[in-house]
Amino acid sequence: MTFDYAPAPESRAIVDIDSNYGLFIGGKFVEPKSGEYFKTINPATEEVLSEVAEAGQADVDAAVAAARKAYEKTWSKMSGKDRAKYIFRIARIIQERSRELAVLETLDNGKPIRESRDVDIPLVAAHFFYHAGWADKLEFAGYGPDPKSLGVAAQVIPWNFPLLMLAWKIAPALACGNTVVLKPAETTPLTALAFADICQQADLPPGVVNIITGAGDTGRMLVEHPDVNKVAFTGSTEVGKAIQRAVAGTNKKLTLELGGKAANILFDDAPIDQAIEGIVNGIYFNQGHVCCAGSRLLLQESIAEEALHSLKRRLQTLRLGDPMDKNTDIGAINSQAQLAKIEELTKSGEDEGADRWSPACPIPEKGFWFPPTVFTNVTQAHRIAREEIFGPVLSVLTFRTPEEAVEKANNTPFGLSAGIWTDKGSRILWMASQVRSGIVWANTFNRFDPASPFGGYKESGFGREGGITGLGAYLDAEDKS
Amino acid sequence: MSLLPTRPLTDTSSDGLKAYLKGLPGVDQVGLEARAATLATRSIKNESKIWAIDTAISMVDLTTLEGMDTPGKVKAMCAKALRPDPTDNTCPSVAAVCVYGDLVPTARDAVQNQIHVAAVATAFPSGRASMDVKLMDTKEAVAAGADEIDMVIDRGAFLAGDYAKVFNEIVAIKQACGTAHLKVILETGELKTYDNVRRASWLAMEAGADFIKTSTGKVSPAATLPVTLLMLEAVRDFADKTGTKVGVKAAGGIKTSKDAIKYLVLVNETVGNGWLTPDLFRFGASTLLNDLLQQRQRMRDGHYSGPDYVTID
Repeated sequence: MTFDYAPAPESRAIVDIDSNYGLFIGGKFVEPKSGEYFKTINPATEEVLSEVAEAGQADVDAAVAAARKAYEKTWSKMSGKDRAKYIFRIARIIQERSRELAVLETLDNGKPIRESRDVDIPLVAAHFFYHAGWADKLEFAGYGPDPKSLGVAAQVIPWNFPLLMLAWKIAPALACGNTVVLKPAETTPLTALAFADICQQADLPPGVVNIITGAGDTGRMLVEHPDVNKVAFTGSTEVGKAIQRAVAGTNKKLTLELGGKAANILFDDAPIDQAIEGIVNGIYFNQGHVCCAGSRLLLQESIAEEALHSLKRRLQTLRLGDPMDKNTDIGAINSQAQLAKIEELTKSGEDEGADRWSPACPIPEKGFWFPPTVFTNVTQAHRIAREEIFGPVLSVLTFRTPEEAVEKANNTPFGLSAGIWTDKGSRILWMASQVRSGIVWANTFNRFDPASPFGGYKESGFGREGGITGLGAYLDAEDKS
Repeated sequence: MSLLPTRPLTDTSSDGLKAYLKGLPGVDQVGLEARAATLATRSIKNESKIWAIDTAISMVDLTTLEGMDTPGKVKAMCAKALRPDPTDNTCPSVAAVCVYGDLVPTARDAVQNQIHVAAVATAFPSGRASMDVKLMDTKEAVAAGADEIDMVIDRGAFLAGDYAKVFNEIVAIKQACGTAHLKVILETGELKTYDNVRRASWLAMEAGADFIKTSTGKVSPAATLPVTLLMLEAVRDFADKTGTKVGVKAAGGIKTSKDAIKYLVLVNETVGNGWLTPDLFRFGASTLLNDLLQQRQRMRDGHYSGPDYVTID
């Protein structure tokens, strides 16, 4: 007999999903003035989970007005110490409700429960705890003796880490004394709406946090609204450029965290077993729906064959399937549209002559799935080496010298992250100074910490989130990044 | 340049061995421990758990290595090893009993040829004795009927960089074993670094070990998940290079079924299902067996029984 793991599904009894949700404006759930609703589904089963409101212009106006009122009357007048109390309270409630939030995230997003339980939700709580600590210490953050808040922040976030991206946006905004209107992605609104419930539970003053749901149009109305002071966006480079054009010529402060095409660079003296693990974690974590994913593997040519052998052997042990199963490593692709994009780009890889490989991997009948995939014989000219796929697809290239590794790593319009695998400390430091990306990981990948600033170079955006540097994006002070 | 050493190993002088072992890829401590911790989150339920518990029982080297060991104690343990759960005929026997050399005749007599008898040798647990004494220790145990020898490496020589001494000792003991299987105890708790564990693993395998074993059980920490994962990677790579399958024995500190199952998951996802046999993976343990038996009864009856429903020998 073989050691097959019996199904070990997490129970969904802990979540209570309403049949429909209004907009969270001024501390209350309200019916949308637009009267429109849209469905959100479980991408692993295509089951409709709920209907959520689609905010129109009047709803956006109401949300911004609520945020403005809360800013003028309450939040900007409150001491940092008192703001901290609310943020600490939110952080504690997130911890208390962590299992519920993890299950909800997995149902709505398709990511494995192991990741939402062990990565996403603990990081969400950590971000609120970290920023709660800053709320009464801003004068020591290096932004002058009495740094001021900005006002109303308009925040638009993606679907890959729904609640974590919310935390990255809301925690620093509140700590710095701003109020917020946040729009979650249309395919993953449920944990943001659960967060609205947490704000009520924490007795957060009405209007400090407003959550409006909707698609791209809602997001555009929000960032273009004349009464917002700050725009923060995480998502595609294409939309980021449109937002930058819309914000140009206004006084709105802007941070953009956009796409990436990170290089994971493996030298012949790397700690190989951990490097293979890091490469797998770098691109197959969260189905590759990670802006900083290590989607390009640069292998030193002298060890390329051996390293590929190890990588393929490891990939055969990945477990794809029901995201609610505690033993699942690879969950569902978030949406039909994203699956179509991944399929189109991988087809181009084959058409352009790269070699495609996937482990034998049964695919469930319903839902959106894509097997972990490796392309070898890829060159810099291939689309799969240049464009962000945002799926579990790794493009493997080779290099001969450290200089060539740097050139190839930098030869991309993006610059969000990079990984360096070598036992040689001096080489790590030299490479880190040469690679043009906002994050450089050495002998690890996809590590996040609220104290560590995150952000990109070039078309990966500007501004930093997290750490002391990230506070600057929400203060009326020179941006330190 | 390649990631793993180029075989065959021809130069077994200390310099030759040093060059060979230093050519092994390094180990990143953070990454290794993170991987072990991730695998430890696997959730093993229902029929998989039933299978895993029986498999774990069949991999136990039921051990007593105390100054106070007596023939009576060893006989009782042997009876338990043959029939771990006297109330249930479907319960498998353990793989072997493991005793000091002087108690091998007692153990052999008690288990006959039904299961293996393993003896610790080579001045266990410290390994501090002359080569002649270690060889005699081994030969006596084999002559008395041991079919497995658990030897300790000379950690002092290893840490001093005298790899040839360690290597030659293992070669000589292997020869003294004859047809008995040789398990080489690295005592990873004294080697301290993961790089040392990887080097000692390859050194032992090159010298002819049939098994590499984590610990004597007399030093803390004994077996840990990361160290066992690393040794499993070593036997996997060695099999890749040479075609020879070397076993791994995790010994000391594994007390619960839950822990044992984590080790089986490591084996399954590192070297694969083919290693999930007593021929290639063992647990060195004394108290683990009773927890496995209690969990087994729970899976069978649907409720916990309690410590008085398993025998204490």
